[in-house]
Amino acid sequence: MKRSLFGRLWPNATAVVLFAGFVFPVYWMFATAFKPTGDIISENPVWFPANVTFSHFEKAVHADNFWTLVGNSVTVTLCSVLLSLVIALFAAFALARMRFRGRRGLIVTFMLAQMAPWEVMIIAIYMIVRDNDMLDSLVPLTVFYTMMVLPLTILTLRGYVAAVPKELEESAMVDGCTRVQAFRRVIFPLLAPGLMATSLFGFITAWNEFPLVLILNKDNEKQTLPLWLSQFQTAFGDDWGATMAASSLFALPILILFIFLQRKAVSGLTDGAVKG
Amino acid sequence: MSVQTEGTDTAGEPAVRKTRIPGPPRGEDRGSRPPARRGTAAPYLLLLPALLATVVLLGWPLVKNGMLSFQNLNPRQLIQHLTEWNGTDNYQEVLTGSDFWNVVERSVVFTAVNVVLIMVTGTLIGLLLARLGKRMRLLLMIGLVLAWAMPVIAATTVYQWLFAQRFGVVNWVLDKLGWHSMADYNWFGTQTSTFTVIILLLVWGSVPFVAINLYAATTTIPKELYEAASLDGAGAWKSFTSVTFPILRPFLYSTTFLEVIWIFKAFAQIFAINEGGPDHLTETLPIYAFVQGVGNQHFGVGAAISFLTIAVLLVMTSYYLRMVLKQEEDEL
Repeated sequence: MKRSLFGRLWPNATAVVLFAGFVFPVYWMFATAFKPTGDIISENPVWFPANVTFSHFEKAVHADNFWTLVGNSVTVTLCSVLLSLVIALFAAFALARMRFRGRRGLIVTFMLAQMAPWEVMIIAIYMIVRDNDMLDSLVPLTVFYTMMVLPLTILTLRGYVAAVPKELEESAMVDGCTRVQAFRRVIFPLLAPGLMATSLFGFITAWNEFPLVLILNKDNEKQTLPLWLSQFQTAFGDDWGATMAASSLFALPILILFIFLQRKAVSGLTDGAVKG
Repeated sequence: MSVQTEGTDTAGEPAVRKTRIPGPPRGEDRGSRPPARRGTAAPYLLLLPALLATVVLLGWPLVKNGMLSFQNLNPRQLIQHLTEWNGTDNYQEVLTGSDFWNVVERSVVFTAVNVVLIMVTGTLIGLLLARLGKRMRLLLMIGLVLAWAMPVIAATTVYQWLFAQRFGVVNWVLDKLGWHSMADYNWFGTQTSTFTVIILLLVWGSVPFVAINLYAATTTIPKELYEAASLDGAGAWKSFTSVTFPILRPFLYSTTFLEVIWIFKAFAQIFAINEGGPDHLTETLPIYAFVQGVGNQHFGVGAAISFLTIAVLLVMTSYYLRMVLKQEEDEL
C-alpha cells in the first residue's frame, strides 16, 4: 500500500519539479520586467511582483531605433517565411506527387541542405554580400533567411501534400477541374494547417537569427531585434529591468505563435476526408 | 509559374504516375496522351525556384568559402578588393598552430557532454510524460513548450540575469543552501563556470524537443506488446529493454545526430553569453572561425577554419548521414 502510494507520488512530484525548472527562466524574465527597480536589486529576491510597474517597458520601447528594429525584424521574418512557403509549395508538390528522374537525389540534397552549418559560412556570405555592395541592407538578410528555412519547409510540406489523398484530387479532376484548379480548390485548403505549422519553424528561425545579421549589418538602423537585444544589456549597463522588458517584448510574439500554432498543427485534418 | 503548370495540366502528372501501374489501361492511355515531353518538364519547372535558391544561396557560399580559404585576405586586401592566392598557407597556419587543435578538442568534448545530457534527460522526461496522468502531463508539457519556444537570444539574456554576479537568483539560492562562497560568484570569470552556464542553457532549451517527440513516439507503441511482455514474465526494466527501446531506437539515433549537429554549430548562445570569453577559453569552432576571421580580420584564415569545421562536422555525423541516405533509397 505504502509502496504504491509512493509509486504514484514520485512521477507527479518529479513532474512538478521539472515544470518549475523549465518554466522558471521564462517566468523570471516576465517577473523581472514588471518589478520596480528596488525589488530587482534587492538582497533577497522578490519572487512575485507585488508592485507592478511598466516603466521598464517604457524604457525599452523608447530605446533608440526600437520601432525601426521591430519593423526590420517583422519585415525580414514575414518576407522570408512567405517567400520560402511559395517556393517550397511548388517543390513539395513536385516531390510528393510526381515521379521523375533525379527525384531521390533532390530529396537527399534538401535533407543535407537542411543541416547546412550557416553559422560557419558567414565569412563567405559576408564577402559575397560586400562584393555586391549590399551590406547594411535588409535584402540579403531576407534572401538568406529564406534559404535557411527553405529545405525544412520543402520536406515538411512534402509530407503534408502526400497526406492529402490522391483520390480527392482525382475526383475533382473527374468533375471537370483542371490540375491547377484541383490544386487550388481541393488540396490548398487542406494544406492550410500544414502551411501554418510549417511556417512556425520558419518564423522561429528568421526571428531568432543572430550570426548573419551580426556580421552583415553594422548600421544601427538596419539591424534586427536579436542583435539589438544582445547589445541591450551592454548599452543599458546593469539595468536588468529594462533588459528583461526588452527580452519579454522580443520573446512574446514567438511564445504566442508557438502555443497557438502547435495546437493547430496537431489536429489531424485528412482523417475521414476520404473514407470510401 | 502558373502558366507553366497550367500547360501540363492534362498530360503532366497522371501520365507520369500511371507508367508505374502495370496493366492493360496503360496501353490505351498511351494513345490519347499528349506529347510526353511536356509532362516530364513539369516537375523540373516546379522545382526550379528551389533548386536555383539552393545553388545560388547555399552552393555558392560554400564554393566561395573554399576559394577564400586559399586566399591571403586581410584588411588591406579587403579594402582594395585584391585577390591574392596563397596556396595552402592558411591551412598550414591553422593546422600547425596549437590553438586550432585545442578548439577542436574543446568543441568535441563540449558537443559530447551536451548531447549526452540532452539525450539522457530528454529520454527520461519523455518516458515520464508517458507515465503521468492527463493533467500532470499537460502541466509538464506547458513547461517544456515554453522553454522550447523561448527565442535563443532572449533565453541567453535571461540566463545572464539568472547567473548575474550581483542580485542573480542562482547565487542567492546557492548562498542560502549553505554554499556561502557563491554569494558574489562571477560565473563568467572562468572557463568551467562559463561552460556550466552555457551547457545549462543549451540543455534547458534542447531537452523539450527530445522529450516531447519521444513521448509522441511512445504513444505509437501498441499496448499489446507490453501485455505480451508481462505475460512472459517481464518486469518494468525488461519490458523497457525488450519493447520500448527497440521501437524507439531509430528515433533515438536520428535525434542524437540532429542534436550533435545543432550543438556543434551553436553560435548565438555561446557568443551572446560571453563572446567566447573569458580569454577565448569558451570558443568552440564556429566562434573561433568568427573571432579569427571577422574579429581579427584574417578572413582567409577564418574561411580555412570554417572549412575545417565543416569537415569535422561531416566526420562526426558521417555515420548518420550514411544511414539517412540508405534509408531514403529504400523508401523511395
